[in-house]
Amino acid sequence: MNIAVCVKQIPDQSVPGRLDPGTHNLVRDGKLILDDSDSYGVEMALQLVDRAGGGEVTLISMAPNSELSGLRTALAMGASKAVLVSDPSLAGSDALTTAKVLAAAIRRNPFDLVMAATESTDGYTGTVPVQIAELLDIPSVSFAKKVEIENGVLKVQRQTESGYDEVECPLPALVSVTAGVVEPRYPSFKGIMAAKSKPVDVLDVAGLGTGPLTSGQEIVSVRDAEERASGTVVIDEGEGYQQVVEFLESLKII
Amino acid sequence: MSLSKIWVFVEPSESGVSSTSLELISAASSIAPLVEAFGYGVGPEVSQTLGDHGATKLIAATGLDGVLAGTAVASVMAKRIAGDAPDAIFFAATPEGRDAAARLSAKLDLPVCTNVVNLLQDGADLVSEHAVFGGAVIVSAKFTSAGPGIYVIRAKSFTAEPKGGAAAAFEEVNVGDIGSAGKAKIVQSHVEARSGPKLDEAPVVVSGGRGLGQQESYQMIEELAKLLNGAPGASRAIVDAGWVPYSYQVGQTGKTVKPSVYIACGISGATQHMVGMKGAKNIIAINKDADAPIFTIADLGIVGDVHKILPKLIEAIKSKG
Repeated sequence: MNIAVCVKQIPDQSVPGRLDPGTHNLVRDGKLILDDSDSYGVEMALQLVDRAGGGEVTLISMAPNSELSGLRTALAMGASKAVLVSDPSLAGSDALTTAKVLAAAIRRNPFDLVMAATESTDGYTGTVPVQIAELLDIPSVSFAKKVEIENGVLKVQRQTESGYDEVECPLPALVSVTAGVVEPRYPSFKGIMAAKSKPVDVLDVAGLGTGPLTSGQEIVSVRDAEERASGTVVIDEGEGYQQVVEFLESLKII
Repeated sequence: MSLSKIWVFVEPSESGVSSTSLELISAASSIAPLVEAFGYGVGPEVSQTLGDHGATKLIAATGLDGVLAGTAVASVMAKRIAGDAPDAIFFAATPEGRDAAARLSAKLDLPVCTNVVNLLQDGADLVSEHAVFGGAVIVSAKFTSAGPGIYVIRAKSFTAEPKGGAAAAFEEVNVGDIGSAGKAKIVQSHVEARSGPKLDEAPVVVSGGRGLGQQESYQMIEELAKLLNGAPGASRAIVDAGWVPYSYQVGQTGKTVKPSVYIACGISGATQHMVGMKGAKNIIAINKDADAPIFTIADLGIVGDVHKILPKLIEAIKSKG
């Protein structure tokens, strides 16, 4: 069982994000970390490979620079190797360009399954995984909350607006998982040490052989949204509930 | 060239066609003279409703045979796009809408604009507005490549407005064999029962988050919601923890709600959550951390322990009868 897991290295989310005033691209000059959403896919892939009794988890990532710290975290969790497409021309890539790059990187190694998060924490277009599936000409199951493989058949519980569907699909296939599907493991000290020597294949766009890539959209302007005026904040000293009651009364809710 | 025809992806609901589908049809009909609904799971019974909102035709994909609906509709759209020549295609940011937009984009090599919260006409161009960083920043964008623009639009960005049009004409298209994409099949569907008003339609929403501490405390959220004739909601954190089903989730990956009153209990206000509820008319937040971001958008904020405040609040409302 060989699984390619798409992971994204993103700016630390505890620091407020900002856009470059000139290019309108997300500023990524600080340290990049593994997107929390992706740690679920990595964990699930490791478990599936374990249960299959062999195989490799390969990380697939793309970045405008050759930052590796987020990938090392996932390698420390137990992934075998990584492919990183790193090229300054990829700064500000749109979803389809991202999908083309990742699909080409996935093709470099044999795979039975491709995993990705439903959406990234910083860009959240939520379309990249299924675009990759279409480019690879494989079936996809998005919004997966439980994933199992039995006799070469992928069995997924897929979230829907009103509940969930049980979906079955032959391999190779792509699954995009929601957060919370499994509990991601913490890298052990041994894992962290081992990750330093695991192979990371770093390529640029020319090395990938996708041909020219152009984003088909441009940002026209960026502005701050109208802020909601913040209201009254009170500290509860036992009677705070009364304020809520009065507020609901003023709105004629009660 | 201005836009002359827009396709709108429409999805079913218990009441016929989903309210978000109607919002998108209304938006499309304010932009282009010709609007066609393109969907699944709906038939001639919704023709009048669609026509009322401005659609002249409903093209329904049939014979899905378990294939995921977004995937199936994208494949039918791709076959018809050259002949029908829409100038733009609108999808709601639902699981099926996103699947369909993603498949279509990759099939036709067309870029896709996601998280759209508003659309404006700028001469011949359609400019889309996107909420980023939890809605704190609005980015405006437009397509630079030829071909119909694919837009994935957040629920409640537009208002559904019946205008009294004639019933939409009905046309069925059989999905047929769609190749490897069609190999993922639904073998069984499960509907999670919930009582009371629907989360995205309720006038009052009471949501709980990690600050509740334990699953049992969510009962207070349900009780308060019921007392106020509202719907209970949740942050992603407690859905991920398995306390409540995904259908309760408010936020980026869950439902967008715009109730008259939103009561956030034990929710700190991650951008993920705020983007789904900051459109509420009135926001009340109860959280023990005075620095929680939720207080920056609350009309009334109570800094305190939900376990102490909610029981008193519930009792006080009960005693008012």
